[in-house]
Parts: sequence; structure tokens; C-alpha cells
Amino acid sequence: MAEKNITIMHAKDMGKETSRQKIVKLAVKFFVYAFLILMALIVLFPFYWMIISSLKTLDEYRLSVPTFWPQKVMFSNYAEAFTTGNLGRLFLNTMYVGVVSTLLSLVITVLCAFAFARLEFKGKDTLFAALLATMMIPGELFTITNYSTVTQLGWMNTFTVLIVPFLVSVFYIYLLRQNFLQIPNELYLAAKVDGTSDLKYLWKVMVPLALPTLISITILKMMGAWNSYIWPRLVANDEAHSLITNGLRNAFTDTTGDVNYPVQMAAVAIVSAPLFLVFLFLRKYIMAGVSRSGIKG
Amino acid sequence: MVDSKHQWKAWIYLSPAIVLLLVFTVWPIINTVRMSFLENYSGLEAVGGATFEFGIGNFQKVIEYKRFINCLKNTILLCVLTVPVSTILALLIAVALNSIKGLQKVLQTIFFLPYVTNSIAIGMVFAAMFNIVGSFYGTQNEIVVTAGIINNVLEFLGFERVNWINAGSSYEANIIVMTVYIVWNALPFKILVLLGGLQSINKQYYDAAKVDGTPRRRVFTKITVPLLSPMLAYVVITGFIGGFKEYSSIVGIFGENMGPVDDVGRLNTMVGFIYDALETNKQGRASAAALILFGIILVVTMINMQVSKKRVHY
Repeated sequence: MAEKNITIMHAKDMGKETSRQKIVKLAVKFFVYAFLILMALIVLFPFYWMIISSLKTLDEYRLSVPTFWPQKVMFSNYAEAFTTGNLGRLFLNTMYVGVVSTLLSLVITVLCAFAFARLEFKGKDTLFAALLATMMIPGELFTITNYSTVTQLGWMNTFTVLIVPFLVSVFYIYLLRQNFLQIPNELYLAAKVDGTSDLKYLWKVMVPLALPTLISITILKMMGAWNSYIWPRLVANDEAHSLITNGLRNAFTDTTGDVNYPVQMAAVAIVSAPLFLVFLFLRKYIMAGVSRSGIKG
Repeated sequence: MVDSKHQWKAWIYLSPAIVLLLVFTVWPIINTVRMSFLENYSGLEAVGGATFEFGIGNFQKVIEYKRFINCLKNTILLCVLTVPVSTILALLIAVALNSIKGLQKVLQTIFFLPYVTNSIAIGMVFAAMFNIVGSFYGTQNEIVVTAGIINNVLEFLGFERVNWINAGSSYEANIIVMTVYIVWNALPFKILVLLGGLQSINKQYYDAAKVDGTPRRRVFTKITVPLLSPMLAYVVITGFIGGFKEYSSIVGIFGENMGPVDDVGRLNTMVGFIYDALETNKQGRASAAALILFGIILVVTMINMQVSKKRVHY
């Protein structure tokens, strides 16, 4: 009898426990979602503010009580931003530099990574370690001398100066070499037996198998051209070779004080849009590349 | 297998990369060290045929510069503020993201968005959010038109509005704006890495804790954080390295002034100092400053590694 009572009581306790646990679990879940959604809103807010500000009239932007949706949608701000900032020209310049440097960079990186992954030569490991060591050095240290070098070469204010100094990235070589190493060596030996040349093997087997890494590199490189600011400002400051970020900064010099923000925000939105489009469609590759680098752009 | 013919081939494959690296990476390292030890070295004068004495004057002058000390202070302050804040926030967000099922992909995408932005362009958006159009501190006939959305929110919550970035703004206010922007910018990468780390933790640890009835907090401090520690160390180290090279986020908000209009250069950083010296053709100074920056990054990274050696569980 007593034993039975105890078991019933125990069962009741257990029942209470679980219902209490359920409430706790629900509350935790609620807080987790509330926290995440709040943070997400904070992260998104600047984008939202950029877009609605870009669609407002100047008068509406300056209302002391802000509006959270434009009363009158002004798409003309975008047209004005495009002409004020000369964004078309800047866009073409940046695309040109981005495409050319990406293509050349891919060729150089593939060749170099292949040598490190598949070919044998004296001092291979030492050379590779030396390359990796240079990754520790801040880029500013190179810039000082590169500035003099490109001046002496007469490359100032050309597209060459924006492309050539950054063609080799040790990080990309490292990334691709790791990928190449994962491809079984048997494939290479089989190709050798068949008498396939190294170059043909590289092109027909290695490159297709390493395609995801190559896409990651392409995107990061294009983003790099899109976001580069310091180097172009130093060496190619004329209008004909200006890149988009510099153009944006130069066309809209003032950020504080009395500024025509709607037009400025429209320009910012135009510059940001391609990055978002790329991100939307190629998210997987960007995130894969980024998580291994820590390099912005 | 390694015959000389193959060796030859390998070097052909390597040659484009090696040539470019020699010119744009190896030579700069040597040359920067050389220039830094030549007194008052200037590229312009060097072309003119001037010679420079060997010495450590560049380093001495750089350290004695008030401007340099100011840049160093700004850089360190921003590092010390932004790295812990962004790391803790990223950790909380990553753990929260890892614990949910619904909306995980959507939220993950949203949290990654700031990464794919142009730091100059979005800096201009932040400037707009903090900027006061008109003024409320200066002459009397000036009137505020809009105090900026951040001030609007502050006033809505019952606080007083702050002069964040305009002329007359305080240094503290400037630093707060920069901290907010840099943290916002730094979150995506940290969340991505930490979430990746969390997802690779073996579920068995959590099952064992569940069987033992371990409370949530203990699970977090005794399982999650230790097993995540390699990723945390990675994120902190890259955070410090990035932090010491801070430059374009400040250009984004304050423009080339690197400070409010009435105090140009107030928020300048180490990298900014190097570029200023370079633009005025003082390559000797610039080189010395760059080597000092490299030294600091090296030391901080080594300290981080030492600390994580003791704390990190591999």
C-alpha cells in the first residue's frame, strides 16, 4: 500500500517536473528567439535606413520627427546620384580592373598551387613555409615600397598599377593547394601512364575538381576590387582610372554637417547593390572562402 | 623520381608567382627595413641623388611625434573596446543560432550581410544615422533640422541627444560611434567561424550532460566554451590583427578628415599615420612606423597564442 502510494507520488513529482521543465524550455526558447530577432533587426537597420533615406525628398529627410516610410517616393535621387557621382564610369573602371585581375590571378594561382601540390622540386617545403610566413606581415609594409616601385616603372594613373601588384595572393595559393592535395594522386599517376601532359591534366582534371575553391577565389577577388580604397587613392587618383569606392568617397566628401543625404544614400545603395546580388546567389561560396581566411574583401 | 627535368618544369609553373612576389613582396620587406634605418629617408630626395646616413633616427622621431602617440592610442583603444565586445556578442548569437531549428538559415544569412558591404559606403550610412543636420550647440540663429535617427531613438527613450560626430563633439562620443560601427562590421565573420565550430562539436557531450542533469549554464561554461576555444582563439587573434590595421572604417564615417571638422586627425590610426608619412614623401618615417606596427601585431599575436596555449583545449 505504502509502496504504491510512493510510486504514485513519485509519478506525480515526475509529471510536475516535466511540466515545469516544459515551461522553462519554452521561456528559454522565447528569449533565444527574441534575442536573435532583436540582433537581426539591429544588423539590418542601417540597410533599411539607407534605402528609405535614399527614396525621400530632402525636405522629408530633414523633418525633426523622422518618417519610417517615404511619403513621396523619389526614384529620381538614384538618377541624380548616378550622374553626380559619375558612377557609370566608375562602375566600368572597377569591372575592368576586377575582371582582368581575377582572370590573371586565377591562372597564376592555379599554376603555382599545382606545382606545390603535385610536382617535386628541391626546397619545396621551405619555399612554401616562406610564402606562408609573408602572410603575417601587414600589407602597409609592402605599400610603402610598392608606391616607389610603381612610380619608377611609370605606372602611376594606369590600370596596370591597380592590377599587377596584387595578382599573387599567398592565401589563395594556400587555399587551392589544400584543395588540390585532396584529389587522389592515383588520378595523376594514371594520367602520366596514359601520357597526358601535366598542363592537360591540370586543365581537364584538377581545375574542374577544384571549381568551388576557384569560384570562392573569384568572388573574393572581385569583392576586393569593388572595396579597395587605400591603394587606388595613392596611385590612381585621376578620373579616368578611379575605382568605385574612391569615386564615391570623392564625389560625396562631406559625411557630417549639412549634407544632401537622400542623394548620398542613393549612391551608397547603388554601390552596395551588386555586392548583395552576388551574395544572394553565391552565398555558399563566399561563406566557404571567408570562414577560412579572416580577410575582408 | 626527382630528376632535373621535372625540377625545371616545376619552376616554370612557379615562375609567374615567384617573379611577382619577388618584386611586390620580398623586395618591399628588405627595402622597408633599409629605408627605416636611413636617417630622414625621402624617396623624392633619393631620386635627386641625396644620400642618407645609417641610424635609428626615424624610429626615435616617430615615437616622439605627438601625432603618432595619438594614433597609437586611438588604435589600441578601438582594439581593446571592439574585440571583446564583438567576440562576446558573436558567441551569444552563434550559440543562440545553434540552438534553434526554425528560421536558422534566414537569420544566419541576415547576420552575414554586413560582411558583404563596402566599409566606406556603409560608413556613410552610419554617419547619416548619427549626424545632426543644423546645430544645437553653436550660434543661436542656427536651428536643428534633424538630430539623426540615433538621437531620435534616444530622445524617444527619454535620454538626451548627443553630439556624436559633428563639430564640437567629444572624443568619447566619436569613439562610441566607431566602436558601434566596427563591432557591426566585425560580427559576421566571427559568427560564421563560431557557428561552424559549434556545429562540429560532438553531440555526445551534450547527451552525456543531459543524462547527468547538468544545468544549462554549466553545459555552456564546461562543454561549449572549452570545445569552442580553438575557434574563439582564432577569432580573437584575427580580431586584434584587423583592429590594429583599422583605417577605412574611420574614413567611412569621418571622411579623410579622420575626425570631426573642428579637430582634424583626432581619430587617426597607425595605418593612417603611415599613409600620411608616405604621401608627404617621408618614406623613412613611414617605414619605421610600419615596422613598429608589425612589431606590435607580432607581440600581441604571440601573447594571444601564449594565453590560448594554456586555455585552449585542442
